[in-house]
Amino acid sequence: MKIFDLNFDVEEEPIPDGEDHDLLENIMDGEEVHDSPREKVKTENEYYRNYVRSTQWVQKLIRTENKGFNVFYFSVAVVSCVLLIGMLLFTISYLPRYGVENPESTLVVKRYVENGLQETGAVNIISGIILDYRAFDTLGESHVLFTALMCVTVLLLRDSKNMRTQYEDFYTIRDEKYHELYRESIMKFVAAVLLPCLLLYGAYVLLNGQISPGGGFSGGAVLGSGLIICAAAFGFRSTDRVITRKTANLIAFFSLGFYSFAKGYVFFTGANGLENHIPKGTPGAILSGGLILPLDIAVGLVVATTMFGFYSLFRRGSIGGNK
Amino acid sequence: MENLIANSTEAVAVILFGIGFTMLLFHRNLFRKLIGLNVMDTGVFLFLASMGYIEGRKAPIIVNGVQSTEAYINPLPASLVLTGIVVSVSVTAIMLSLTVRLYMRYHTLNLDEIYRMADHLEDDR
Amino acid sequence: MALTKIAEIILLILLVVCAVGVNFGKSLLQAVIIFMSYSSIMCILWVLLESPDLAITEAAVGAGVSSVLFMLTLRRIHTEDLRMEALQQEAGMSDPVQIAEASQEEGSSESGITGE
Repeated sequence: MKIFDLNFDVEEEPIPDGEDHDLLENIMDGEEVHDSPREKVKTENEYYRNYVRSTQWVQKLIRTENKGFNVFYFSVAVVSCVLLIGMLLFTISYLPRYGVENPESTLVVKRYVENGLQETGAVNIISGIILDYRAFDTLGESHVLFTALMCVTVLLLRDSKNMRTQYEDFYTIRDEKYHELYRESIMKFVAAVLLPCLLLYGAYVLLNGQISPGGGFSGGAVLGSGLIICAAAFGFRSTDRVITRKTANLIAFFSLGFYSFAKGYVFFTGANGLENHIPKGTPGAILSGGLILPLDIAVGLVVATTMFGFYSLFRRGSIGGNK
Repeated sequence: MENLIANSTEAVAVILFGIGFTMLLFHRNLFRKLIGLNVMDTGVFLFLASMGYIEGRKAPIIVNGVQSTEAYINPLPASLVLTGIVVSVSVTAIMLSLTVRLYMRYHTLNLDEIYRMADHLEDDR
Repeated sequence: MALTKIAEIILLILLVVCAVGVNFGKSLLQAVIIFMSYSSIMCILWVLLESPDLAITEAAVGAGVSSVLFMLTLRRIHTEDLRMEALQQEAGMSDPVQIAEASQEEGSSESGITGE
């Protein structure tokens, strides 16, 4: 029965000839799509024979040589793992009792809980800790996310300067084209139901970081998952309008830059003994908590872009569109 | 011994750490080693965050203006683990992309074969 | 004992069972699916430990993005296998006798994926 009258046909703009190197016909015609600096590269044929010869040799070597070593290795591994678990369990039995408050672990927390609301303006103490008291840790962690995205880009990026031969990404692109032409209807239906809920929920968790459980990381992860479902169900053309390569770079750059500048003021105010005059608002309102709301948005955008960037790089080798 | 049963959450977290470590050592397949690394990660997070739990108290969100330490759990370990979870997915993503590149080069996920082939494959790609 | 304490103990035992069960998955896809369920159980455990922030993050990241990345790697590896088959045919080694003597075990790269 037709509950939803959903129309999924994306209007595809006609692509001028010779400009879309994605097209199967261009690749199947055998034209070289790159100008590789490796002019002396061996042909695929020789490469394959060489590989097969070395594989055969290696397997023979491993089979004949390693039997004694294997037995020794596994027995030592078993013994060391049992020893490790035993040692750690022995240490656990000396720990203070679980679930009971012990003053060693709650000495620092007294200040955070009792003065948290007045000093940060956040009702959610955890958000107050990670975005106000210990904001530098979160700054470093956002940079870790961005660095991870850069590393994966370095390893997996495929563009016109990078393809080795015409066979290199033939099957990847063939899978993509197949997926775009014959999208499954179960996936489309489920995504059509889930996608608005996911994006709305992600935005809600992101913006209410200081009032209710959530915050930058949770909201960003949910938003990223929403974008992933959109790309998986409706093809990459639907998300290419929102996140292109330039957009991803700009989001990461401005978010991290804003975070660095916003928390750089504490160097000046702290060293000179000044008060910070960022208004804290009434606790429980959405515009409260001083700088916590903008920082939440910055961190959430970086996390969402990173998650979607991982998916896009693994799936087709570029973040927003190709060539 | 009774202490182990009372500290059951921490004991299980440590057992998970040990199981993840075992997976790192036992399997020769690169993929299963990565899953073992992830299991180790979550074991460590469970251990850290269970240090903050105090029985009978609620999550650290201030309701009704009650601001004493007696009413909320310890929020500090939870905030440390929150960044840790997102860092662990970044590390997993980098490791998986390295696995894809290794597979493109050597066409096997078996670590012994990769070690041997790395010395003897004479192509310069 | 309180109900939450019993639930916590059951979930902890399930957690260990899932972690051990990842080793015994016959193919890599089975291991990833068991890992996904391990992540979901972890998410419920965070709720029982009174940390809802961690629960949302673990659900979105562990059972969401991380497991999807594992499956995408499997897909890329399968694509590489297809490419190797195409090369094999082009190199003229489609003769079964030649394949058998070129690589001593049939499907040497398959044992890399599904074995162990």
